[in-house]
Amino acid sequence: MPEIKMIIMVLIMALVTYIIRMIPLTFLRKKITSKYVLSLLYYIPYTVLTAMTFPAIFYSTNNFYSALIGTVVAIIASLTKRSLIVVAILSCLAVFAFGFVF
Amino acid sequence: MKSSLTFKNGIKDGLPIGLGYFPVAFAFGVRASILSVPVYITALISMLNLTSAGQLAGLNIIASAGTIIELIVAEAIINSRYFLMSIGLSQKSDDSFNLGNRLRCSAFITDEIFAVSMSKEENISSKYFYGLSFLPYIGWALGTIFGAVAGNILPEIVSTALGIALYAMFIAIIIPPTMSNIKLLPAIILSAGISCILFFVPVLKNNISDGIAVIISAVVSAMIMAFIFPKENEKEKENA
Repeated sequence: MPEIKMIIMVLIMALVTYIIRMIPLTFLRKKITSKYVLSLLYYIPYTVLTAMTFPAIFYSTNNFYSALIGTVVAIIASLTKRSLIVVAILSCLAVFAFGFVF
Repeated sequence: MKSSLTFKNGIKDGLPIGLGYFPVAFAFGVRASILSVPVYITALISMLNLTSAGQLAGLNIIASAGTIIELIVAEAIINSRYFLMSIGLSQKSDDSFNLGNRLRCSAFITDEIFAVSMSKEENISSKYFYGLSFLPYIGWALGTIFGAVAGNILPEIVSTALGIALYAMFIAIIIPPTMSNIKLLPAIILSAGISCILFFVPVLKNNISDGIAVIISAVVSAMIMAFIFPKENEKEKENA
């Protein structure tokens, strides 16, 4: 993709992201009451992050097995409620160690 | 009501967020450099977006030469959680939030900045919000630039290992709330299941791009869950 098109895509992305953040804070005076809409808004963050993570995480390193180990480490670390950054570092270290050994 | 929270209070609360953002942004920068995106464009992405999931999705769409429509729909859905947070902040802001402040502050709504804002006992002032946003923004921008530059220099074994960082962080965001609210478990299993089907079934894989696959998986699973297990209204719970 030519750089100028990349820049246009980045600007569009920024605009969409901004508008979503801006509209309620700037214009909202009433509360949303639809239970269905509220439920949808509640589930969306989790389903988005899940869909982005699986199966993409298995291809995020150059080796399926190192990625699998990194994933398992991330899941175990998350189950013990480590902070985001600790989970990320442990997962990276697992992938690094795998790449180092094999 | 006027809030007593100052710019300085905000800076103090923002420091740990900024420190946390740096390495995550670094990993984003490294990933962008692996995908051969120029450093200045990568920096531009972070300075104009300030969002991990949205940026990663956008980066993947740009790197895979996706369409503008795909980009717009993906960003709208992935960032829809900010819509909800923005609603929350609209109820939490004091009189100092005039139109100009509202328009400016909106750009800095992230999961962490929102969470800290809402954790305050009193309403927040716009000055506090600016203070709170300042260091996270700097950490995010600098981390990205360092990562994008380092990605070209780092040995492959290191940059490869960093490729998993953002995804590991997403897992760390998803799992703890699931442990305290079991309704989320079927939601994430559904979403991961649909996402994997779209990826592994050849006829689907060949016709549906990655960005669209994320959108379909996330929206379909959330709609099913909202229909079967609607979330209890917190206000009703409080009044009960």
